[in-house]
Amino acid sequence: MKAKRGKRSGVLAFLLMAGAAGTAWGQEAGAAVAEAAPAVSPEMFTTNNLWMMVATFLVFIMHLGFATVESGLTRAKNTVNILFKNTLIPAIGLLTYALAGFALMYQGDWAIPGWLRLGFGVGTDAAGLTSAYNAGYTYWTDFLFQGMFAATAATIVSGAVAERVKLGSFLIFSTVYVALGYTIAGSWVWGGGWLSALNFHDFAGSTLVHSVGGWGALAGVILLGPRLGKYTNGGIRPIMGHNMPMVVTGVFLLWLGWFGFNGGSVLSAEAGPVSYVLVTTSLAAAAGIVTSMATSWSIQKKPDLTMVLNGCLAGLVGITAGADAVSVPAAVGIGGIAGVLVVLSVMALDKIRIDDPVGAISVHLVCGIWGTLAVGLFSAEYSLGVQALGVLAYGVFCFPLCLAIFAALKRTVGLRVSRAEEIGGLDVGEHGMEAYPDFQGFLIK
Amino acid sequence: MKLILAIIQPDKLTDVKEALMAAKVGKMTALNVIGCGQQMGYHESYRGVPTEVNLLKKVELQIAVNEDFVKPTVEAIVKGARTGNIGDGKIFVLDLPECIRIRTGETGPEAIG
Repeated sequence: MKAKRGKRSGVLAFLLMAGAAGTAWGQEAGAAVAEAAPAVSPEMFTTNNLWMMVATFLVFIMHLGFATVESGLTRAKNTVNILFKNTLIPAIGLLTYALAGFALMYQGDWAIPGWLRLGFGVGTDAAGLTSAYNAGYTYWTDFLFQGMFAATAATIVSGAVAERVKLGSFLIFSTVYVALGYTIAGSWVWGGGWLSALNFHDFAGSTLVHSVGGWGALAGVILLGPRLGKYTNGGIRPIMGHNMPMVVTGVFLLWLGWFGFNGGSVLSAEAGPVSYVLVTTSLAAAAGIVTSMATSWSIQKKPDLTMVLNGCLAGLVGITAGADAVSVPAAVGIGGIAGVLVVLSVMALDKIRIDDPVGAISVHLVCGIWGTLAVGLFSAEYSLGVQALGVLAYGVFCFPLCLAIFAALKRTVGLRVSRAEEIGGLDVGEHGMEAYPDFQGFLIK
Repeated sequence: MKLILAIIQPDKLTDVKEALMAAKVGKMTALNVIGCGQQMGYHESYRGVPTEVNLLKKVELQIAVNEDFVKPTVEAIVKGARTGNIGDGKIFVLDLPECIRIRTGETGPEAIG
């Protein structure tokens, strides 16, 4: 797969090469329409579309995975709040994607060629329901699959800012970032924009989804500051998560979801590519688990389950950019290095007092960048320089944007809950209810 | 011998422990308790029905000390637990008639020390 919308990007690359970039962008839509509809039998079209819908379900269930991972890795007194945020995010993601996101990312006309599409709403004519739209899926499947992706970027931020961010401020941030940040940045590659024309490769979103979320997480954590009691008297004090079985459940749900995240990014049910992508994806996850265990075991003396679970996700994030493009040994290597990176990163961030309760920055930003660069290292088709340029471009766009949104919220409605509320827990403070009213377990929390 | 009972805010336990360690008081028992004092409760609601929570979550420390450690212990607890707000807690000092260390069979002040 060259890009999410190979059809468009192919046309664009051709036009760029022809040196007609300046004026030819406007003709792009017409050129795409003029292309012959791909030859695909009705049976194959139905099969393709069915797999894409299954992939959509799998990406959907990742939101439950995020919800359980994040609540398990934080304290019992903030559980309702985390679950609440994770319930709202897919809702915000889908609604904003219907309102404008799908148009900004894929469907709208270029307002600034290669950089900014503009558009509004969703809707299609009869052609959108046939293989004339795409050999792999209908317009509606396309919308729902991409809409499920959109919300994941904001979910990544949720865990990093957990246990201290105001609910309202977080929801505003998520809405703005998912509606505008994720979608506009996404159009540069998957929407057929300037980076795809340079042959930048991000198969399923190491950069477009995971780094985009990771930059938001980093900005949020920097402006919020650490949780009370995390860094005291020059030392780091661990604040333990309250439910390991929930974290494990979440990580396995996310791995399951990744079969759709990466497998669906083939954008058809073509047997060879889909099965190959599932293999590279799973091997990278497995390698991430093993290497994070080795790293944790050698540094911490005893192997830390949460690090190994982060290592699994690190492997998955790492392989996401190149799942279709790298060899099987390379997939193992990419996942394995991600598993080492994530453990070192979690420890390094703690040393510089970046308090990320769930390791979201390490998993999604650090390993997202690694995975994107790894495509340039392990695939002859793609250049390391262009991959690095893409990483840089997303950083330069997303990080300041997130800083600006969070800073604006901090100045107006406030970003952080009061000290008293943080101590008492956001469940009672923000929601007036508790996750575990029948249990006492507050001794040191 | 005295038994010192201290009711403190859960989040002050770490500070109180640090202050006790600094005062060389290293033996204690800590319990989760709920109770109410002068501090008012708070409101919760569940599925639209409001409810008043007035038994608040607290931590109780139980520390048996010899006479010369009573003052340092009490001072350390106050130092660690005081914020100046209602709800900081209370300390009770009780006479303790006997103490037996199970491992050695020692009794009295030796068993505490």
